[in-house]
Amino acid sequence: MPKCAGLEQNVTLEIRPAENSLPHVALFATCLVNAMRPAVGFAALALLEQAGCRVDVPQGQTCCGQPALNSGDAEGTRQIARRNIEMLEPFDHVVVPSGSCAATIRLHYPELLAHDPAWAARARNLAARTHELLSYLADIRGWLPEGISLEASATYHDSCSGLRELGLKAQPRKLLAAVNDLTLRKLEGEETCCGFGGTFCVKYPAISNAIVDEKAVAVEASGAALLLGGDLGCLLNMAGKLHRRGAAVRAFHAAEILAGMGDAPAIGETP
Amino acid sequence: MNHAPDFDSRVAAALANPTLKVAIERTTGTARTKRAAAMAAWPEFPAARALGRDIKDHVIENLAHYLVAFEKNADAAGTKVHWARTGEEACQIVVDICRKAGAKSVTRAKSMLGEEIGLPHALEAAGLERVETDLAEHIIQLAGDPPSHIVWPALHKTREQVAELFRAHHRDPGAMATVEAMVASARRQLREKFMAADVGISGANFLVADTGAVCTVTNEGNAELTTTPPRIHIVTAGIEKLVPSTAHAMAMLRLLVRSATGAELTQYTTFHNGPKRAQDRDGPDEFHIVLVDAGRTRMLNEGLAEMLRCIRCGACLNHCVVYRQIGGHAYGATYPGPMGSVLTPMLDGLEQAQDLPRACTLNGQCQEVCPVAIPLPTLLRGWREKSWQRGFEPARVRWALALWRFTAMRPRLYEFAGNIGLRIMPLFAHGGWISRMPLAGGWTAHRDMPSPSGGTFLAQYRRRFKK
Repeated sequence: MPKCAGLEQNVTLEIRPAENSLPHVALFATCLVNAMRPAVGFAALALLEQAGCRVDVPQGQTCCGQPALNSGDAEGTRQIARRNIEMLEPFDHVVVPSGSCAATIRLHYPELLAHDPAWAARARNLAARTHELLSYLADIRGWLPEGISLEASATYHDSCSGLRELGLKAQPRKLLAAVNDLTLRKLEGEETCCGFGGTFCVKYPAISNAIVDEKAVAVEASGAALLLGGDLGCLLNMAGKLHRRGAAVRAFHAAEILAGMGDAPAIGETP
Repeated sequence: MNHAPDFDSRVAAALANPTLKVAIERTTGTARTKRAAAMAAWPEFPAARALGRDIKDHVIENLAHYLVAFEKNADAAGTKVHWARTGEEACQIVVDICRKAGAKSVTRAKSMLGEEIGLPHALEAAGLERVETDLAEHIIQLAGDPPSHIVWPALHKTREQVAELFRAHHRDPGAMATVEAMVASARRQLREKFMAADVGISGANFLVADTGAVCTVTNEGNAELTTTPPRIHIVTAGIEKLVPSTAHAMAMLRLLVRSATGAELTQYTTFHNGPKRAQDRDGPDEFHIVLVDAGRTRMLNEGLAEMLRCIRCGACLNHCVVYRQIGGHAYGATYPGPMGSVLTPMLDGLEQAQDLPRACTLNGQCQEVCPVAIPLPTLLRGWREKSWQRGFEPARVRWALALWRFTAMRPRLYEFAGNIGLRIMPLFAHGGWISRMPLAGGWTAHRDMPSPSGGTFLAQYRRRFKK
């Protein structure tokens, strides 16, 4: 990648010779996907490769730091942020199958390190090259699924961080609309929080429960067979509530559907 | 200002009250629908919002200038301006004015600042008859409740409960079969109080610096009946209510009313300026304005300047998933909801109010609907940082986070610890789901957890690609 003289040190511009190299992408799977739903990681991997990326999964990855960030532990988050910046900055792009984890790197790392002369520019630089998976596919790669079909009705929940911090709204719908035989039904209150909120859901379980119960009612009322979303935390929360309520709705990360994995077990189903 | 000791117990009480949920949803649901319709019909909203934000920021940055200008112009109109550093000082000033006038009865138009500084209590402690004239304030005065919403203080009462209250307390309640009949009963009850009061006390929606006027908005006209017939009109207002001119007040009004109720304007928008003049047919003989700081200048130094933009429209409450479940009283403070969770740690102390900034999913909808673009989630996060620095988080949370952070910095250890967890969890699973597991009660009390299977993504990836 050419460096641009005259700009701050370490700032690399996204100017590349057109054909000869595919973007080298780091897939940051997120701690939840890593532990609870590896299928989302493999779906993301497949989608990025279809979209013309050379993908690596850095083996040193753990977590973006949100639990510390949302608990007010700014210094702890900075430690994790510096570690992740070091690990991820060699790549052209960093892609994350979660709006809230992507937003942590894109928005909160630069804020947290803004007054650290050694790290501020590096944080900004990485932030500018970090993308949530679905927006990366739709907006940056201009990719659409081809030859994928799933005969099912689905409804989509807009997870809050992706929606409000990253402007993720049209992209998942555009991508899912290209899946043959899949019908998308409107979810009443699709932009209303599901009550997950990271550590919120275990710090204030009763409030979280009241919120997710309302969400589950809305999901059931949509009449859709599938609940889709772009953030595993929210999906686990909603799927867990739907299952507790005895609802038959099956939950997937949108990436799984786009990668043609919609016939695999849904969240909580055994093979 | 009711400060029950324990946030969790207040929340539990609220969640166990199905009538409360109905009451909250009726009012906030209507408010959300009407606001959405108003915004859909107002494509200039983003520009108006940016203007509103800039007007408030400009005033806050030049507060001293506008305060002095306001006092000078109010003084020229014959108004007496008083300055109060604290809520207690403000209450004392109001009580002193009432005493000096030999007042017995005081009518009051709704003012959240009045609630904030404890004015209702101070008036009663001074032996004055206090008559709340806003219909909702009248209801909660009868019920002995604090307000539960900054725009609809009696939002926690259903109309069925209000009918019961009126039947018990009104002289001539009538049938109470319809809302109209209930309003008529309240009107009969309040009308003579309006005319007999010695002092009328109101708040302010805006203080207009270049005229010295006070702007109030109501839908019931009770502010006008509170401020016009009595001999004395007293305004209590926070110093952040200033705007440079009437035109600026108009720009703010467009934002305030649409955000609060979805209407373009309230039924009554009044600019009160000075006492009755020789040529006036009515109006008070004395007009007092008490400008209250009560922590506002301190907010400038505590990274909370953006919160001084707040025009108390209530949109953040109506759209807050937490407020909609627990209602206003669970917050245990004058101001509930997102704006309250930012203000209360300032007003009542962070240690006492530490739960409020934490009891939030940081979903950002409050900021999205805020007519002056206050970054409420950022400010709440700021309180969480202070709370963390001051060690208010429970020890078990600090230890758990420290342990998690230690491992998150060490990928091999992280994977090792993660694998132990992933091996243990399936032991608790039935048919792919875990419905009870030690240490996971916060989750499994209310929802199931899918059981992990097949190891971590990283391990599976290594196996699959033989790395």
